[in-house]
Amino acid sequence: MEQEYTNYPRFTPEMKKTHKILIPNMAPVQFQLLAASMEQQGYTCELLENCGSEVCELGLKYVHNDTCYPALLVIGQFLDALNSGKYDLDHTALIITQTGGGCRASNYIHLLRKALVKAGYGQVPVVSLNFSGLEKDSGFPMTMPFMRKLLSYIYYGDLLVALRAQTEPYETKKGAAKAAQEKWLDILCDKIHHDRSWSMREMKKLMPQMAADFAAIPVNRVPKVKVGVVGEIYVKYSPLGNNDLEQFLASQDCEVNLPGLMGFVQYCIYNYSETARLYGGNFLQRHGSDWLLRGIENTETLLIRTLKQHGFHAPLPFRELVKLSKGIIGMGNKMGEGWLLTCEMIELVQAGYENIVCAQPFGCLPNHICGKGMINKIRELYPTANITPIDYDPSATRVNQENRIKLMLAVGRERLTERPVH
Amino acid sequence: MRVGLDIGSTTIKCVVLDEAETIRYSTYERHFSHIVEKSEELLRRIAEQFGDCAELAISGSAGMGMADSVGVPFVQEVFATRVAANRLAPGTDCIIELGGEDAKILFLTGGSEVRMNGSCAGGTGAFIDQMATLLKMSADEMDTAAKQAEKTYTIASRCGVFAKSDVQPLINQGARTADIAASIYHAVVNQTIAGLAQGRPITGNVLYLGGPLTFSGCLRKCFDEALGVIGTCPENSLLFVALGAAFYADRTSNLTEVADRLHQRGASETYRSQPPLFDNQEQYEAFLARHAKASVPRMPFGADYAAPVHIGIDSGSTTVKVVVIDEEQRILFTDYRPNLGNPVPLIRSVLQQLYDEHPALHVASVTTTGYGEDLAKAAFHADYGVVETVAHFTAARHFLPQVDFIIDIGGQDMKCFKIDQGAISNIFLNEACSSGCGSFLQTFAQALGYEVKEFAKLGLFADRPVDLGSRCTVFMNSSVKQAQKDGASIANISAGLSISVVKNAIYKVIRASSPEALGRNIVVQGGTFYNEAVLRAFEKEMGVDVIRPDIAGLMGAYGAALYGQGKAASGQVSSLLDRKALAAFRQETRSEICGKCGNNCQLTINTFADGETFISGNRCDRPVTGEADSGALNLYAYKRKLILSYKPSENRRGKIGLPLCLNFWELLPFWHTFFTKLGFAVYHSPLSSRDLYLKGQGTIPSDTACFPAKLAHGHVQFLSRLGLDAIFYPCMTYNIDEGLSDNHYNCPVVAYYPEVIAGNCPEIKTTKFIYDYVGIHRPKDFTKKIHAILRRDFPDIGKEEVRRAADAAYAEYANHMALVRKEGARIIDQARAEGRRIIVLAGRPYHVDPEINHGIDTLITRSGAAVVTEDAVSNRVDKFPTTVLNQWTYHARLYAAARYCCTQKDMDLVHLVSFGCGVDAITSDETQEILLSGGKLYTQLKIDEITNLGAVRIRLRSLFAALEEQDEKEA
Repeated sequence: MEQEYTNYPRFTPEMKKTHKILIPNMAPVQFQLLAASMEQQGYTCELLENCGSEVCELGLKYVHNDTCYPALLVIGQFLDALNSGKYDLDHTALIITQTGGGCRASNYIHLLRKALVKAGYGQVPVVSLNFSGLEKDSGFPMTMPFMRKLLSYIYYGDLLVALRAQTEPYETKKGAAKAAQEKWLDILCDKIHHDRSWSMREMKKLMPQMAADFAAIPVNRVPKVKVGVVGEIYVKYSPLGNNDLEQFLASQDCEVNLPGLMGFVQYCIYNYSETARLYGGNFLQRHGSDWLLRGIENTETLLIRTLKQHGFHAPLPFRELVKLSKGIIGMGNKMGEGWLLTCEMIELVQAGYENIVCAQPFGCLPNHICGKGMINKIRELYPTANITPIDYDPSATRVNQENRIKLMLAVGRERLTERPVH
Repeated sequence: MRVGLDIGSTTIKCVVLDEAETIRYSTYERHFSHIVEKSEELLRRIAEQFGDCAELAISGSAGMGMADSVGVPFVQEVFATRVAANRLAPGTDCIIELGGEDAKILFLTGGSEVRMNGSCAGGTGAFIDQMATLLKMSADEMDTAAKQAEKTYTIASRCGVFAKSDVQPLINQGARTADIAASIYHAVVNQTIAGLAQGRPITGNVLYLGGPLTFSGCLRKCFDEALGVIGTCPENSLLFVALGAAFYADRTSNLTEVADRLHQRGASETYRSQPPLFDNQEQYEAFLARHAKASVPRMPFGADYAAPVHIGIDSGSTTVKVVVIDEEQRILFTDYRPNLGNPVPLIRSVLQQLYDEHPALHVASVTTTGYGEDLAKAAFHADYGVVETVAHFTAARHFLPQVDFIIDIGGQDMKCFKIDQGAISNIFLNEACSSGCGSFLQTFAQALGYEVKEFAKLGLFADRPVDLGSRCTVFMNSSVKQAQKDGASIANISAGLSISVVKNAIYKVIRASSPEALGRNIVVQGGTFYNEAVLRAFEKEMGVDVIRPDIAGLMGAYGAALYGQGKAASGQVSSLLDRKALAAFRQETRSEICGKCGNNCQLTINTFADGETFISGNRCDRPVTGEADSGALNLYAYKRKLILSYKPSENRRGKIGLPLCLNFWELLPFWHTFFTKLGFAVYHSPLSSRDLYLKGQGTIPSDTACFPAKLAHGHVQFLSRLGLDAIFYPCMTYNIDEGLSDNHYNCPVVAYYPEVIAGNCPEIKTTKFIYDYVGIHRPKDFTKKIHAILRRDFPDIGKEEVRRAADAAYAEYANHMALVRKEGARIIDQARAEGRRIIVLAGRPYHVDPEINHGIDTLITRSGAAVVTEDAVSNRVDKFPTTVLNQWTYHARLYAAARYCCTQKDMDLVHLVSFGCGVDAITSDETQEILLSGGKLYTQLKIDEITNLGAVRIRLRSLFAALEEQDEKEA
C-alpha cells in the first residue's frame, strides 16, 4: 500500500506534448486567463466546469471527511471529471496549487494523490503549482518571463471582476456588464494565445479601454447595500465552494466587492521577507520581497489609476494595505490568508463596504485567528463594521447560511435608509 | 390590518393586528414539517375571519425561500425581533431568544448588535426536546423536575450531539433525573453565553423570548443566575418575531391569493434527491425473502426447563436486551425494551420474570455488556463482564464463521470491525459527531408523530428520497428543515434519513470507498438494522448483499451469553442474585464530589440492598480502593510533575505571567528559565479546570476552535488577576526543528492563538500583554530579536544578559526533553520487566493537561498498561518519507512514534485527537497507514469538553481485547 502511494507518477517534461492538464476552477475569471496562458506555453489544458452534488459526494467518499471543504471539492471535481469518460486517462494530468505554508492546504496534493490511487486512477500524474520549490520532480516549470505574464493576467482578471461588480447592480439594461466582461475575456484570451497583452505598453492601452467600456454602460446609481466578501481563498472565490454567494448577494440587491486575487499573490511575496525580518535571515531574504513587490507596483498603480479615472472605486495599493494591520494583527500571521484577510476587512470597512461576509470552510484553522478572532477588534475600532462569519461545509445548509447573511443585510439596509443621502 | 407570519423550524406563529396595533388574533402551533400546508391553511383561516386584504410579511428560518417564491416581503427573524422589541419593550438592553434550532442575542443599547449561533452549536429548543425525549419526559415535566435538582453535572455544551454523549451515560449510571434536567438547562445557558456573547457583557434590562424560555421557568432562572440579572419574559414572548414581521409589513397582499400561490408551490418539489430504495414491490419481496433466511435456531423454554442456561445482558445506551441460551447455543428467551432512564429496575424485572416462570431454572452463567455493563454486573452479581465490541464479534462469528466485516449500528454508537484470519484486525468506532444516528431516527419519527417502524416503512417506496448529507444529526436536522421547505414529503424525508444514517456509517466511521475495502462476508447488526430502509440503503450504497441476523438488535446480549457459555466450567452455578436476594433487591443512588484530590470528580454512587456500592464518574481508583495511583508507569503524570515544579523565584525586575496552555506545555521550561535568569519572578497559570474554562469562555470568538485553544482564555483570565507586570504569550509560526520533518511549523492555532487573546480578552487592557512573533528555531537570531522586543517594556535589559538567559533557556529545554525521554525509557524498561503492555498515548504536549485528556492516561494505567508520550520515543527513529507533507513539529513526532511502535512487539499507539483539530484530519490517516503497514491496530480517541469516558473506555478495552486475542492466536 505504502509503495503505491510513494511511487506516484511524475509529471515529466515530455508529458507537455502528450497530456491534457485539468485545472480546478477557483476564481472563474482569473483562471480563464491563466488557462489561456498555459495554452500559449504549449500545454493542452482545460478549466473544469463540472459541479453538482456528485462532486461533493466523491470528495466525501475519497477524502477524510474532516478535511477542509476546498480539498474535498477540488478532489471531488477532479474525480468527477475523470469518471466522466471525457478524458483519455493515460494522457491526462491534474494541476493543483501548493502554498507551502503552515496550513493544511499544503497537503492537498498528497490527499489528491491518495484519492487517485484509491479511485483507481493511479496512473494520472499531478502537477504542483508552487513558488516554494516543493515537489521538484512534479512541479510546474516556472520561468521568470512566464511568471511575469501570469501576474499581468491576474491583474486583468481582477480588473474585470471589479468593473463588473461595480457596474452590474446599477445597470439599466440587465446583462450589459456581464456581456462586457465576456467580450473582454474573449479578446484577452485571443491576445494571450498570440502571446500579447502582457507587456506594460499593451496593458496601458487595454486597461483603460476596458474601464471605458464599462463606464459607458448606462447605470442608475441608487444607493445599495455594499457588501464585501473576504475569506479562505477557495470558498471566497469559487461559486462551487460558496453556494453561489455572489449571485445570492446580487439577488438581494447588493453591490459586492470581492478583493482581488493579486492581493494574495503580493501577500505571499511579502511574507517571504517578513519571515526573515521577524526570525532572522540574510540581506537577500530580508529584502527580496521588497524588490519583487516594487517590480509589480507599476502594474498595480496602473490598475488603480484606471479604475479611479473612470469613476470606479479602486482598492488600496498593497503598500497601504499592509499598514492597516497596525495595532490589529501581526504581520507574522502568515498561514492561510493570515493578516491579509484582516487587512482586507479593514480596507472594506473604510471604503464603505462595511457589510462583510467572512467565508471559510468549517473548522478552518487560520480563520479562527485572522477571521473570526479579529472581528471583535475591528468592531471596536470601526463600530459600523457589520461582519458575519459564514462556514461552508458539505452538509451546512444553504438556508442556514443565507439566513445569517440576510440578517447582516437587514442591518445594512436599515443603515442605508438611516444615512443621509449624499 | 397587519399580518405577521413566523415560520420557525418546529412551530408556526401568526398574529393579526388591527389599525390600532392591538392583537386581534394570534396562534402558536407545531407544524410537524407540513410547512406549506400549515401556512396556507392559516392564511385562509385569517382571510375568512378578517378579510382578504392585509399588510403581510413572513419571517422565520423556514419561511425564507417560501416568502420570495410567493411574492411576500420577508423579514429576517432576528431583525423582526428587534423591530418588535423597540416597539413593545422600550428600555430593553439585551434580548436572548431561543428558538427551535437557533439561538440569538440582540444588544439594543450601547452599540446595537445582533448575533446568531454558528452552524455547529446547539443550545436550542430542538436540543431541549431531544434531551427531554431521552429522559422520557415532556418539556414541561423536565422543567418541573429540574426544580427538584440538588446538583448539576458537567454536560458538554458544544452541541446537542455532544451533550447527548454526556447525558446518556448519566442516565445509565442512574443519576437523578432532576439533576440531569437541571444540568441540561445549565448547558444551554453556557452554550448561549459562550457562543453568542463572545465577551460582550449582558447587563441591564434583559428580555427572554422564544419557546424554551417562555415555557421553562428553570431555564430563565439559570440565565438569571449566570448573568447576574433579573430578566423578564414579556407578554406574547412567543410572538415577537411574528409581531415584528407585522410591524414591518409595508406591502398589501391579498391573503387568499398568497394561499393559492402557496398551494401551487406545495406541489412542486425542488430539493436534492437520490434514487428510490426500491423500484417495485417484487424487488422488495425478493429482499425480504433473502433476509428471512438469516435466523438463529430457537428452542421452547417451558416452565419445567431445568437444563443449564446462560444469560447475556446488554445494557445499551437506549435499550436493555436480555438473551437466554441453552448449552447448544440455541435461543430460549429474548427480551428487548427501551431503557427508561434507569436500566437496573428493568433488568431486575426480566430476571424476576425468568425466576417466576421457570421454577427449576439453573443459571450457569450471567454475562453483562454494553454501556451499563459494570453497573449491571455489580447490581446483580453477574459472573462476567465483556466489552461490547467483543460481545458483538462473538455473536457474529458464531453466526457466520467466515465473517470478515461486522457493522453494528445501535441507538448511540456505530461499531465496525474488520476480521482478518479470525481475529479483529481493525476497529472503527464512531466519534461524538456521528453518534446518535440510530436514536435520531427514533426521536425524529416521534417528533413528527410516528412510531419509528411506521415511519421507516413510509420511506421504503418513496420516489425521491431527500439527500441529507452525512455530517451529524444536528446538521441532518437542518437539512431536513430545508427539504421540508422545498416541498419534500414525509416519505421522502424518512427514506433520506435512513440513507443518511448509512452514509454516516460508511463515510465517517468506516471510511470505505468501495465494498472490496470491507470484505465479502459482511454481517450487519444492531437495532437500527431492523429498519428495512436502513438495511436496504446500506446494501445499495455499498453495492453488496449483506447478512442481517433475525436477532440483529440482540447480538450484543447473544454474544455475551455465548461468551459466558465459553467461560463457564461444566456444572457451574452462576453467582447471580438468587430468588430471595432478587426479591429484596433495592437500589439507591446519590451523587457526591469525591474530594480526595484536586480532580474533584463528580461521583455517582449506587448502593444496593446487600450494602454493596457501585461508584462511577471517578477518574482514578481512589474513591473505590482508597489508594491513589502512584503514577510510576505514567509518563503523562511525570510530565505534569516536571512542568508544575517551575515556581516563581525572587523578583528583581518584575513579575511575568505565562499561561499554561497549548505550546507552553512544552516550552514552559524554556521561557520560565529565560525570564527567571533575567530577574523576573515567573508565574504560570495552574492546571486547567472546568471552572477555569468557564471563567474564560465568554470571550471565545470561534466556538469551533479546538478545546485546548479555548482554554487559553481561562488561563489568561487567571493570570490577569495576579497583579503581574506582564503576561507573555508569544506568537510562534515555527517550532523547534527536530530533524524529523520537512518543515517545522506549529499548527495555525498554536502559532497564532495569542492574537485571538489580544483581540478578544478584556483582561489584557489592565495587564500588559506581550505577544510578539518570536522564533526559537534560530537561537542566534532569537537572542537579538527577543532583546528588541523586551526592551520596549523593560528598557534596562542588556544584550549580554539576554544572551546568557537565552543560553540557559535552551539548556533547560534540552534538559527537560532529556528528562522526559529518560523517564520514558525507565517506564518502558519497568513495564517490560513486569510484562505489561506499553501504550504510546500520542497527542500534543498540551494533551498532558488532565482537563484536556480527561484522565485517559490514568484510565490506561488502571487497566494495567504503561503509558508513555509520543516525544519519549519519537527520537528513536530517523527521518523517513511520509506520503503526506510532514511539516509540523508535533505531528512529525506522531509519525515517528507510530513508526517506532511498528518495531516493538509490546508497544501500541493510541492517538489522542482534539475535536476541531483540522490538522488531524490529515495526520490520522497517515498515522493509521504507518501503523497498519506495520501490522498494528490504530486507535483514535477524539476528545473535547466531554468528560464522560464511557466511549473511550469501550474503545480502549476493545483494543486490549483485540491485542489479547492476537497474542493468543500467536501463542
